[in-house]
Amino acid sequence: MQNVLAYFSQNGTEFVQMVATHLWLSAVALALATVIAVPLGILGARFRRLDSVSEGVWGTLRIIPSLALLLVLIPVLGTGTLPAVVSLTVLAIPPILINTTTAFKTLPADVLEAAEGMGMPPARELLTVKLPLALPVAFAGFRTATSEVIASAMLAAYIGAGGLGDLIFTGLGLMRTDLLWIGGLSVAALSLAVGALLSLAEARMRRRAGMVAA
Amino acid sequence: MPCEVEFEDVTKRFPGAARPALDHVSLKVEAGEFVTVLGTSGCGKTTMIKCVNRLVEPDSGTIRVEGEDVSAADPARLRQHIGYVIQKVGLFPHMTVGENVATVPRVLKWDKERIQARVDELLALVNLDPKEFAGRYPSQLSGGQQQRVGLARALAADPSLLLMDEPFGAIDAINREALQDELLRIHQGSRKTILFVTHDINEALKLGTRVLVMDAGRVQQFDTPKEICEHPATDFVRSLLRSGEFRLRSAYVEPGEGI
Ligand SMILES: Nc1ncnc2c1ncn2[C@@H]1O[C@H](COP(=O)(O)OP(=O)(O)OP(=O)(O)O)[C@@H](O)[C@H]1O
Ligand SMILES: [Mg+2]
Repeated sequence: MQNVLAYFSQNGTEFVQMVATHLWLSAVALALATVIAVPLGILGARFRRLDSVSEGVWGTLRIIPSLALLLVLIPVLGTGTLPAVVSLTVLAIPPILINTTTAFKTLPADVLEAAEGMGMPPARELLTVKLPLALPVAFAGFRTATSEVIASAMLAAYIGAGGLGDLIFTGLGLMRTDLLWIGGLSVAALSLAVGALLSLAEARMRRRAGMVAA
Repeated sequence: MPCEVEFEDVTKRFPGAARPALDHVSLKVEAGEFVTVLGTSGCGKTTMIKCVNRLVEPDSGTIRVEGEDVSAADPARLRQHIGYVIQKVGLFPHMTVGENVATVPRVLKWDKERIQARVDELLALVNLDPKEFAGRYPSQLSGGQQQRVGLARALAADPSLLLMDEPFGAIDAINREALQDELLRIHQGSRKTILFVTHDINEALKLGTRVLVMDAGRVQQFDTPKEICEHPATDFVRSLLRSGEFRLRSAYVEPGEGI
């Protein structure tokens, strides 16, 4: 316990820095994954062929452990931030993609028929009807992806991208259990806090989408 | 501006279906008519009216609205000028009642005040107090109230042609009667052309200036209520009339009196 307090008094700024890096890596990966997975997911809901292809590709990639993926990426992308972000993005894509496809496949048929039957132009229908109604389910995928990414971002430190994983690897190297504890618990706390925020946001979206009586 | 609708030898068979949903349907609805489409479940009523706004494309034949072949029209523009009340209501669950009703006026880029005034007018017309209901969400309405919002939404841009697919199915007898009268008033006041699907023969006979009786995708009879009652064209029409009489009569039979 004393070690822990001593750590924070001596390395406070360093700790904040690591948390910031950790969050930054995760956020960039999640943003990239969203930009890739949401349009793919929407298309997948429309074209069954694309859906089965992307399911195969991402399903396979998903089995590969993140660490293995990182090691594979080193010869190609070197070390540092880039391969870390790439592997975290790969990790984040499947849950967002799968949920987006599900969300768009399960949109209520009567509502879509009404939109179409009133002559809503397709782009407007997508923006004002399909997206808001699909959002809660797609967002649940984003939430899953977020918790996976925050946990896996620990490994980024292994290839020199920084983040809270630094504490773990330093702790392992120096045989310092206190650092392992601080690192592990910080990541857990971070994951829980972000998860709670996202759950709140999701509940709000569900209410907005009329899924629960307000 | 009244609007006529013409079917010329229209056939539609859904992939995998044993028999066509519409089987060589030819008919002409004059501008300003209130046509009720009557038939048993699965006889092709929904399919028929969906051909008018191109939610269903027929395999063969031609449909003309105001003399124009609909297959040549831009579907979105066509639909913006045809009111459509769908069988399953299909309100947008994430929009308020007011926003639902405002859908087509918004697509048509009316200005805000005009949309607001129109929404209030329509909600009042379908007996929903705008002050109480405009801000509610569909999940906060009863089934019958949802159907009324669906009707208001279809009327929003004052279309000269109105397609209604069992719009009063979820409404109790008393409110249903009131809405039927309201619809008759709307029709008399505007001379809109209305195609109104129902499988309630009494509703069909009450509302229609002409009744279109369908069975198995085919037109059985298309005539005034009086002609249909006095000179049923086929056995199917006769049996339909008998079922209607039975219902009419049984409504007046005292409990225990027996039939
Ligand atoms: N999208 C579709 N795909 C395949 N078959 C369809 C489709 N829509 C309708 N059908 C079939 O076409 C026939 C006519 O259906 P339609 O919906 O027009 O009947 P309906 O007269 O409106 O019946 P109801 O009173 O039950 O609404 C039915 O046999 C139905 O199973
Ligand atoms: Mg139907």
